[in-house]
Amino acid sequence: MTTTAAPLDVATVRADFPILGRTVREGKRLVYLDSGATSQRPRQVLDAERAFLEIANAAVHRGAHQLAEEATDAYEGARAKIAAFVGVDFGEIVFTKNATEGVNLVAYAMGNAATSGPEADRFRLGPGDEIVVTEMEHHANLVPWQQLAERTGATLRWFGVTDEGRLDLSDVDELINPRTKVVAFTHQSNVLGTVNPVKSIVDKAQAVGALTVLDACQSVPHSKVDFHALGVDFAVFSGHKMLGPSGIGVLYGKRALLEALPPFLTGGSMIEMVQMARSTFAPPPQRFEAGSPMTSQAVALGAAVDYLSAIGMDRIAAHEHVLTEAALKGLAEIPGVRVVGPLDTEDRGGAVSFVVEGVHAHDAGQVLDSLGIEVRVGHHCAWPLHRRMDAAATVRASFYLYNTLDEVQALLDGVRETQKFFGVA
Amino acid sequence: MQLQQMYQEIILDHYKNPHGRGLRDPFDAESHQINPTCGDEVTLRVKLDGETVADVSYDGQGCSISQASTSVLTDLVVGKPIGEAFKKMDAFVELMQGRGQVEPDEDVLEDGIAFAGVAKYPARVKCALLGWMAFKDAVSRSEGAKA
Repeated sequence: MTTTAAPLDVATVRADFPILGRTVREGKRLVYLDSGATSQRPRQVLDAERAFLEIANAAVHRGAHQLAEEATDAYEGARAKIAAFVGVDFGEIVFTKNATEGVNLVAYAMGNAATSGPEADRFRLGPGDEIVVTEMEHHANLVPWQQLAERTGATLRWFGVTDEGRLDLSDVDELINPRTKVVAFTHQSNVLGTVNPVKSIVDKAQAVGALTVLDACQSVPHSKVDFHALGVDFAVFSGHKMLGPSGIGVLYGKRALLEALPPFLTGGSMIEMVQMARSTFAPPPQRFEAGSPMTSQAVALGAAVDYLSAIGMDRIAAHEHVLTEAALKGLAEIPGVRVVGPLDTEDRGGAVSFVVEGVHAHDAGQVLDSLGIEVRVGHHCAWPLHRRMDAAATVRASFYLYNTLDEVQALLDGVRETQKFFGVA
Repeated sequence: MQLQQMYQEIILDHYKNPHGRGLRDPFDAESHQINPTCGDEVTLRVKLDGETVADVSYDGQGCSISQASTSVLTDLVVGKPIGEAFKKMDAFVELMQGRGQVEPDEDVLEDGIAFAGVAKYPARVKCALLGWMAFKDAVSRSEGAKA
């Protein structure tokens, strides 16, 4: 990676995150290495949410009073910021409850295409059609497609994963074929850290007229992502993994596709005209935002995007690159530790999962926790991937802009301590 | 240090040298339990002799807590009348769900009292109960099969 910008000033960044100052487990300093699960929030984001609630809170897109106007402006202003952040147009961003809902929205809307008009033809699936996913998906980008296949009679197929933890593209021309209707895959694995070659997969999918759905939950928070440049049809990411609140996720869809896509959830806010027997629907993005939306969360996510942009995604990526490299190098030096995922930092993000031979991930996590080091243990919602990598469960350290090399060292020391405690070193 | 309170020697001993491990025939019923958050699993078989638990055999993979507690379970229930085994199970469940506030009775729980420290870690309670849930399920299945 090359960057000309000055390195990120971690101490200044950390000062913005109140939670990083606390201690855990009998006074241990907190070493938070679980941002892949959820990130911490800076004061700027917390303040923005509070300020909205103290000054402009009202129901958006309904009501004509001044507060409603201001709240709607704040909500739609956040949409504009977020759209610009991922290189897309304002109307191509749909707010959802979380990224999981975003994937379900697309999958259910495609199911609903069966009973929609001719404009929804390209979303229709049936027996003989194929949905392609990958073996490295988070359950959120797997189970909804399994369900869609079951409902429509379509066939679910998937890319395998190599021993190194890369996508096995050797059978790409067989997997993505004229029967393929959807290719849903992750940009960056939440377990392996692997960054997938989005553009080349999108090119293959487009060549056969298949739609692409990108899980960008682990990429958008950590690097500069431009959905238009990538060419994907749909993409999802979550607010809470990028310094924003929980309870809000984002679905991106190409404008022409969102305009043709039938709704998923229906009710208030998403209609054009309602009669007793039937209704017509609003244009996107409102068509996909039924009911009262999350407002302060959207505003706070807009503030998170401001915060990230001010620091610069390239600097954040460069910073995480340094941490990941140190973690991989350090873990490689500890006998009895197996990293699950690429061992180099080429096309790789800052999720580092590993197995401590002879110690179950739960037990390793418990020792690390006793030292104040908060990591994720288990299968990280990617059970088939763990089976593929021959690991019942792994320990995952995931880094973000506020982590330091000292914290990487604490992790490495903690792993050695774990081995000592369980007598396997 | 809290860690030693949780990982008592008894637990680590059972983990490293589990009692009664391995699936055996004959058996009346089998139960497979999974902890969906971590993927730990146990397959447990029960053989009843009238009202007595004649054998409990099991296999599985998981953390020290789930494996050790299943090992302790076999010590506690094999050879006991079903009613007494269930009383021990209830006492163990009460201990595990007590957030560290329940004083365990060694006469009832024997090595099981070592898990008192685990009860302070809500995320690990499920681990400790995995084998016990399988036992409860297997017994009700064998009784159901005989009814």
